[in-house]
Order: sequence, then C-alpha cells, then structure tokens
Amino acid sequence: MTRTLLVGVLLAACGYAQVAVRGDTVYTIAGAPIRDGVVLMRNGKIERVGPASQVSVPEGWRLLRAKVVTPGLVDAHSTVGLSGYLNIPQDQDQVEHSAPIQPELRAIDSYNPREPLIEYVRSLGVTTLHTGHGPGILLSGQTMVVKTTGETVEDAMVKPLAMVAVTLGNGGRESQRGKSPGTRSKEIAMLRAEFIKAQEYQRKLDKAASDTGDKEKKDNTQARDLRLETLGRVLKGEVPLLVTVDRANDIVTAIRLAQEFGIHMVLDGAAECYMVLDRIKAAGYPIILHPTMERAFGESENVSFETAAKLKAAGIRFALQSGYESYVPKTRVVLFEAAVAAANGLSFGDALASITIDAARIIGVDQRVGSLEAGKDGDVALYDGDPFEYTTHCVGVVTDGKVVSEVRR
Amino acid sequence: MAFTGARLITAAGPDIADGVVVIQGDKIAAAGAAGSVQIPAGAKRIDVSGRVIMPGIVDTHSHIGEPEGGDSSAPIQPDARVLDSINVRSATIEKARAGGVTAANVMSGSGHLLSGQTLYLKLRKGNTIDDYLIHLSDGRVAGGIKMANGTNPRRDPPFPGTRAKSAALDREEYIKAQEYRDKIRQANGDLTKLPPRDLGLEALEDVLDGKRTVQFHTHRQDDIMTAIRLSQEFHFHVVLHHVSEGWMVANEIAKAGVPCSVIELDSPGGKLEAKDVRFETPAILYRAGVLVAIHTDDPITDSRLLLRSAALAIRGGLPRDEAVNALTINGARMLGLEQRVGSLKPGKDADLVVLSGDPFSVYTHVLETWVEGRKVFDRSDAKDRLYAVGGYGASHDQGFPDLDGEEDR
Repeated sequence: MTRTLLVGVLLAACGYAQVAVRGDTVYTIAGAPIRDGVVLMRNGKIERVGPASQVSVPEGWRLLRAKVVTPGLVDAHSTVGLSGYLNIPQDQDQVEHSAPIQPELRAIDSYNPREPLIEYVRSLGVTTLHTGHGPGILLSGQTMVVKTTGETVEDAMVKPLAMVAVTLGNGGRESQRGKSPGTRSKEIAMLRAEFIKAQEYQRKLDKAASDTGDKEKKDNTQARDLRLETLGRVLKGEVPLLVTVDRANDIVTAIRLAQEFGIHMVLDGAAECYMVLDRIKAAGYPIILHPTMERAFGESENVSFETAAKLKAAGIRFALQSGYESYVPKTRVVLFEAAVAAANGLSFGDALASITIDAARIIGVDQRVGSLEAGKDGDVALYDGDPFEYTTHCVGVVTDGKVVSEVRR
Repeated sequence: MAFTGARLITAAGPDIADGVVVIQGDKIAAAGAAGSVQIPAGAKRIDVSGRVIMPGIVDTHSHIGEPEGGDSSAPIQPDARVLDSINVRSATIEKARAGGVTAANVMSGSGHLLSGQTLYLKLRKGNTIDDYLIHLSDGRVAGGIKMANGTNPRRDPPFPGTRAKSAALDREEYIKAQEYRDKIRQANGDLTKLPPRDLGLEALEDVLDGKRTVQFHTHRQDDIMTAIRLSQEFHFHVVLHHVSEGWMVANEIAKAGVPCSVIELDSPGGKLEAKDVRFETPAILYRAGVLVAIHTDDPITDSRLLLRSAALAIRGGLPRDEAVNALTINGARMLGLEQRVGSLKPGKDADLVVLSGDPFSVYTHVLETWVEGRKVFDRSDAKDRLYAVGGYGASHDQGFPDLDGEEDR
C-alpha cells in the first residue's frame, strides 16, 4: 500500500497526468473501428477503450481530441538512431566494415536517442522502432526494438536483441577484389561454416553442462565467444535471422539456408517475392517488405507498389518498413509507405495493420504494442483526417501514456 | 476530339465541375464548361465522366533518360550538352509519363559548378531524341544551363575547395564570356576580327543575353544568396533549385524576384545541406511572393509521385490552387514555355492528364497522359500499367518504341 502510494506520488511528480484520447473514429486494430471512441490510459498503460457513450473521461485527466486515432505506429525495420541524419562518417553506425560477419555487435551500444530523426518519425505517429545494424554487409550485427522516446537507450528499450541482420545478394558482397565474400556462393559458404561452428560450440557447452551437471562449470570448460553465443541463440530459435534479400533466386537461397539449420527467419526487403510466393508460403517465413516507394535500382529494380496486396492475397504474413536509406531522404516514414500500399490494392485496414499489429507480431512485441487494448502500452497517434492522405496531418502522439508530440506535421 | 464530363483543373482560373476540352491536332482548341464550349461536328467524343483533367505536368528538374554533362576534367563545362547523351528508350521516361509528366527540364548533375546545357523535353512518343525536342522561334533547341553551389561541386582540384573559390571561378568564367561577347560585338561581322569559336563561351553568351536560363542547384541559405548575387552581377535569368533552406531567406528571394523550384522530401537529412528541409518551404516562399514550382529531381523522388510531392506541399500549408500552379504553369514560366504549355487554354499544346479523382489524394491514379493530342500513357494498357505500378521488367529499357499510336489521335 505504501509502495503504491509512493509510486503514485513519484508519477505525479514526473508530470504523469492520466491521459485520455477521444477520436471521431478510433481504429483499435483489435476489432471494428469505434465511432466517437475513447482511449483511457492510466500509469502508462491502456485501461479502457470504447465508445464515448460507454467510457467517460474521469475528471482531472488530460484529454486530447482528434478526428482519427490509431495505435502508435510500429516501424518493422529501420536504422534510425544508428544512421544519423547528417550522413557523415561520424554519425553512421549501422554497418562496421572491418569484417563480413559480426553477430556480436549489439544495437544497444550504437543507438543515439537524441538523433533528430527519432523525434521526426515520432511526430508522424511512430512510437515503436525495430532498428539496429543495417543491410550492406554479409552479417552486420544485432537489431533491437525501442520506443521513440527516452533520454537513454535504456529508457527507450523494449527488446535489446530482436534479430540478427544478414544481407544476401550484391548487398552482402565485399566490393574490394580479393576480399570475401565476393560471390553469392561464397556468402552462403561463409554463413554455413559460421553456423556449423556455432553448432559445435553449443554442443560442447551442452556436453560440459551435462557431464558435470553444473551450470557454472560450463563457463570454465570453454572460453566465451560472443559471436558464437549470438549465433547459438539464432540456432535455438530464440532470435530470428533477418535476411535482407531482393532477387527471387536469392530469396530461395535464403530459404535453403534457413531450412538447413532450422532457423527462424524473417525475410526483409524481398523486392521480387511476388515471383516465388508459393515457395515462401510453403516455407512459412514472414516478410518485412521493402518500403512501397523504394527506388527501383539494382537488385530492387523490379519493386512494385502492389506487392503488399499480393502478399495479403497469398496469405503470407508481412509488415511494412521504412528501411535503410543511404542518401536523401535519410529515412522514409512508414506511415507514408503504408499509404501508397493502401492506394495500390491493399485495404485500408490491412495497410494500417501492416504498420501496427502485424509489424508488432513479426518483431515479437505484440503483447505490448500494435493495438488499442486494455493492458497494452499507452501508445496512440492522432490525425486530423485519413492518416494515409498526403494532406492529412499527424497532430499528436502519446507514448506510454505520456503526450510526447503535439507538432502538427 | 473532345473530352467530356470531367472536372477541369485548368491552371488558368477556377475549376470547372463539368468541363469540355476540345483538341484540334496537337493544340487545345477550347476548354470550358459544358454548354459553353462548341464541340465541332464530327469530333471524336471521349467520355471521361467522373474523372479529373489537369494540364500536363511540367517537371522543372529531372534526370530521366540517363542524362550526362561534363566529365571530371573541370568544374565548369558549358560546352557539354545533355542533348548528346539522352537514351530515349530509358524506362525512366515511361515512368515519367505514367506520373502525368508531359514536359521536363532534363539536367546534368550537381557535382560541377556548371555541368552543362540542360534540355527541355516534351515527352512525346519518339524514336530518337530529335522527336522530343522543343524548337524555339529563333531555331534554337530549348534548354538551360545547369549550375550548382554548396557542397556538391566541392572536390579535389581542379574543382573548388571552398565556397569563396566556387564563386570566384564562376565569376572568372562569366567575365571571360562578357569579354568574348564584347569582341564579337566589336568585330561587327568582320571575320578577321572575330575571336576563335569557343563552344563553352558561346553557351554562356546565350546566358548573358537572357536566351538561356541558369537552373541553379542550391540548398543552404547563404548559398542561395550567393546564387542571387551572381545572377545580379551578370544579369542572367536564374531559377533556384531545391532551395532547402529557402524558408529562412524567403523575403530576400522574393525581393530579388527570383523563382524557386522546390523538392519535397520525406525526411530531413541525408546530406548536410538537407538537414533543415521541411514540407512548408513552398508555402513560405509563396506567401513571401516567390514564384514556386515543385520538381522530382528524379531519381531522388519518383516521377510517378510528383503529384504526391505537391500534396506534401499542401500538407505544409501551400494553397491547393497554388499546388496546381506549382506543377504546371509556374514551371512552364521558369522554362520560358508558358506560351506553349502549363495550362488548359486555347492555342496551347494539347498536353493533359486524366486522373481517377482529386490530384492530391493518395487514392488517385493517373489514368491517361496526353502530349500534343496523342495518348502517351494509358493505365488500362498492360505494358503502361507495368511502368505505373512497377514489377518484373518495369525498369528495363524498352526495346522498340511504341509508334503505333495512330488510333489514339
């Protein structure tokens, strides 16, 4: 009791007013849209969602109103926070070029919570980011899930190790002659060798543990290897492998690799996935699809505005992403990418799901975010019209029950 | 030929709810409200009820057709012509048609202080570059001069290393051109007194005489002022391009009477000079009294999404009618083509776009694009649709030109 009171006092001291949002239309994603709906948030979590006729806002609560209310948006794959907006060597931390395979690189050690692009995407409704090491090298490192708030990465943290990032095809190659991998075959040969090493490392650990029955003992029998530890978690299925790949033949190669090692894989980018839908569906891997407006260049030359709709029709799980940009603009905005998908065959509801609950499921944080339901995080985005219309503005954002943006953008 | 039943956006007055556009040959014969426009007997009627017709879009800054200009030998190369480099079979030109673009200023890059002579194209269906050109009344081919300042032209020698050096090199070259022009004038037709022909200085002579407009890439507020200063010293016509920080010096630009062609980007950053880009720039410039156009800089933004860029300018506060002008008549003025294109007015080229709905809605598609009375894009045609939405082969250059369009007349 004392403790509850104390927490209450502390929260009040932090300016933690209880917040309610009322919208002409509230898209909960968990059910049908609510006309004139209310979302109540207490101590950071959603307490109740329902029509204003049934849910009244308690006195003293801060009330925000808007035409349209959605869950805070979830960007299924970004490098924001690691790839800074100035785009100078000093603010680019998404790829370390000293070696082609570095699973030990943690996203938490590279994230700059004060990066202006975080504030920018937040002002357009994005409250959750799957970000970290980027495409552009064979195995670049780890990714994580954060909120777009917080003074430190610890404040922002949702999931410190979300996935391990791999790039196949041209993007995974070393450009310098004589450096490996220089071909597609070599990329896969190197990854297979590394996973086999990780299997052996794991076998030794398991054997040491079973020989002695002593968990402490295993640390003494084998020197720790951060790389193989991380890959071991991938092999155990605890951590998915995020494989950035565009060409149809490379997608099939990725499936071959994942199946050999029984890896839980998430396909990323996948420009030509529409060529091999049956194969992907049979294998059961979800896709974090390229930004709808991705430029048609190189291996992504065959991108289509209609791929999201095709994935939906094929029954393949997918989410949309802002992706990685090497130049101008330094990041895309997942809201805009979903809008163009919605204009090209994907339904409004499915497009919204692709940047909320479907994204949350694929990155493994759907227990906390992605829909407006009691018990979930108080993450809400507010708009002055159809969120997908170019001329609509995002007018407010709430994260963990706090108003974090009131910019009209 | 007469289009009937569409809402007309004319860029020459208020919208007409139920309009008629009469085309005779390659020109607009009439455009007005149903009932007020005489449809000639025997005219082929095209019922576009429920559709929207707007003037063909003028893209004031594009790199479609894989244009080239100067090489890496020198920072100033006015002798290099885009004319000599365009691949008219490039898929990028098809995609521009799919976006409703009917005229474009195709430019060389911004990695030089002056990278060459730009080319104003009509996106007619053609077999060679000659079929795309605009011939002016004095026989010259329409085009401008591409200049740039700020960071892009700063490179290793012989390129400039600072902003002051950039301006000094520009001034030296224009002084040379002035002297060249003076010698020609003094020779007064006497062949023995004429200076040896200099292709670069000839092009700059056109600039000094106001026959060729300088299309000036510039981002930072101080670079914008430098571009204006140069234009005033040498009395050349200039259009400022990108103008990322133009919102900081809007009144100064207005006072100088210099038009601006602006790019809309989804987020700030990607290069130092773009760190303060904002959706509001066109609106702020317009309110200050500046003539504003919006461009793609294709491939930086996609020609198929130029309507979207204008919609983002509306999001940033630009009035809707002004957004229409920024895509059409204002750009035509900046290219000196306002007598031919840019609005639905009798006597102008029959360049128009048929849209499925409001031009600034995400859900609207370009259905048809017409250049000089001929259909150059038709979304209902499978091949054209591929360029419009993307997919396998959408970035492959066309092998054979489509010249079978007689039935489209």
